[in-house]
Amino acid sequence: MNNMIVSVNPHIYAKDTTQTIMRDVLIALFPAVIASIVFFGVRALLVEVVCVAVAMGCEWAFEKITNKPVTVTDLSAAVTGLILALNLPASIPLWQAMFGSFVAIIVVKQFFGGIGQNFANPAITARVIMLVAFSGAMTNWLPAAFSNAPADAVTAATPLAIIASGEGELPSLLQMFIGARGGSLGETSCLALLLGGLYLIYRRVITWHTPAAFIGTVLVLTALLGQQPLYQVMAGGLFIGAFFMATDYTTSPPTHAGKLIFGVGCGLITVLIRVWGNYPEGVSFSILLMNILNPYICDWTRTKPFGGVQA
Amino acid sequence: MKNNKLKILTNGIIKENPILVLILGTCPFLAVTTQASNAIGMGAAVTFVLLCSNVMISLLRKVISDKVRIPCYIVVIASFVTLVQMIVKAYAKSLDDALGLYLPLIVVNCIILGRAEMFANKNGALDSALDAIGMGVGYTLAMLAMASIREIFGAGTWFGIPVPVLKDNNISIMTMAPGGFAIFGILIAIINKASNGKAIKKKDFSCEGCPSAAACNGQNCAEKREAAAK
Repeated sequence: MNNMIVSVNPHIYAKDTTQTIMRDVLIALFPAVIASIVFFGVRALLVEVVCVAVAMGCEWAFEKITNKPVTVTDLSAAVTGLILALNLPASIPLWQAMFGSFVAIIVVKQFFGGIGQNFANPAITARVIMLVAFSGAMTNWLPAAFSNAPADAVTAATPLAIIASGEGELPSLLQMFIGARGGSLGETSCLALLLGGLYLIYRRVITWHTPAAFIGTVLVLTALLGQQPLYQVMAGGLFIGAFFMATDYTTSPPTHAGKLIFGVGCGLITVLIRVWGNYPEGVSFSILLMNILNPYICDWTRTKPFGGVQA
Repeated sequence: MKNNKLKILTNGIIKENPILVLILGTCPFLAVTTQASNAIGMGAAVTFVLLCSNVMISLLRKVISDKVRIPCYIVVIASFVTLVQMIVKAYAKSLDDALGLYLPLIVVNCIILGRAEMFANKNGALDSALDAIGMGVGYTLAMLAMASIREIFGAGTWFGIPVPVLKDNNISIMTMAPGGFAIFGILIAIINKASNGKAIKKKDFSCEGCPSAAACNGQNCAEKREAAAK
């Protein structure tokens, strides 16, 4: 009788912990990291290492100072740092990358109560803040290896900037797919991001709903508007946003219906910004805006408990 | 008694800092704190108006009828603000340009109206003057702290003097609205931590300190207390 334990429900647990899920996300991001080093050189690795180290360091220091349990080992800070790094151009000054990691962890995550409490995705918010704070450095794109840029080029326009301005030569669809084009470190290679995204779906870390709704909305809307849908889908941060940032547990709805609404909303805002907005790219703004709407979406799509009364 | 006077004077600096604890007059606080020199100018203007209006209202507190006190305060305050505005326009043109609309808007600044209502109409002229100086200094220090942080990191200068290293590596969002709100929040948190949360204890939110107490007879508060108890 000694091994009888009386406890409240739930009685069945999954083996998943925050640490295993975050480890899966890191594994899924690995192809994108490799692609970033292939296309942008060792400098890409340096930015990624700095961002991850500063993010984990900030998390550790803040929790030490405020006497909270230290959650560095759950790897969520490492994921935030890495996703932020993959959203930066290779030429970003390192102190600006450090500032971004600091903002992501301290301001967006810890000030609101740490993991699971943040109102918006830390990496995306830090990226938007950096875009406003360092608009020059954040849009200083280096030419990627194997791209169309001349060998002596110092900077390269992103495909979306080429589409927006109508000047310059668009990369081929193959170059777009493997990632040989101007852009942020980890956003260029759709192939690597797709591999990582499929791994996450296979491991059941994310479901297909948000990415499919997000990418599908952009594809359909840009096709309707006559905006070269295949380029629009592969350009910019759409793949990394749809698979890795719009699926953040804390800031996206838990139900399938909610995920579909969230993805469609992200896609809609992205297309509105890309086609009619001032900025050539709108993925990060769209995810941030939908993060803010997330509580309402959760409210609309609340599931009725079996046998329960409609709330 | 002497100790009491000192307490009135120092109250406004940290314990009841008008901006960071009472959270009054935040609009100019966010708007003009992009440069340290503007913060000093605005702080001086507010302190002067606060001092004059507090003394005047304290002297007139037995004359002013309770029913029309707010219009009376506004008239007194507006007179002094007009005075300040004319002086600044005449002798400090660049400050006038920098402060712009926020200088005449001192008329409706909550700190000045708030101190008239909370302190000057209940206390003597000397106490009111001390209170005004304390509050004015607290306001100016808070403005200076905020403006220094925003100017040094946002523009890489301090009082217009370039700061080495930071001049070429400025974080321009600091001088924009989002940076202002973020730093405001952080400063409030620091003051709250430094005073162990005592500064923001709800002790002053009784009917005594409430301007609409006469109209409500404590009903609203009673309802809220009941709701909180549930």
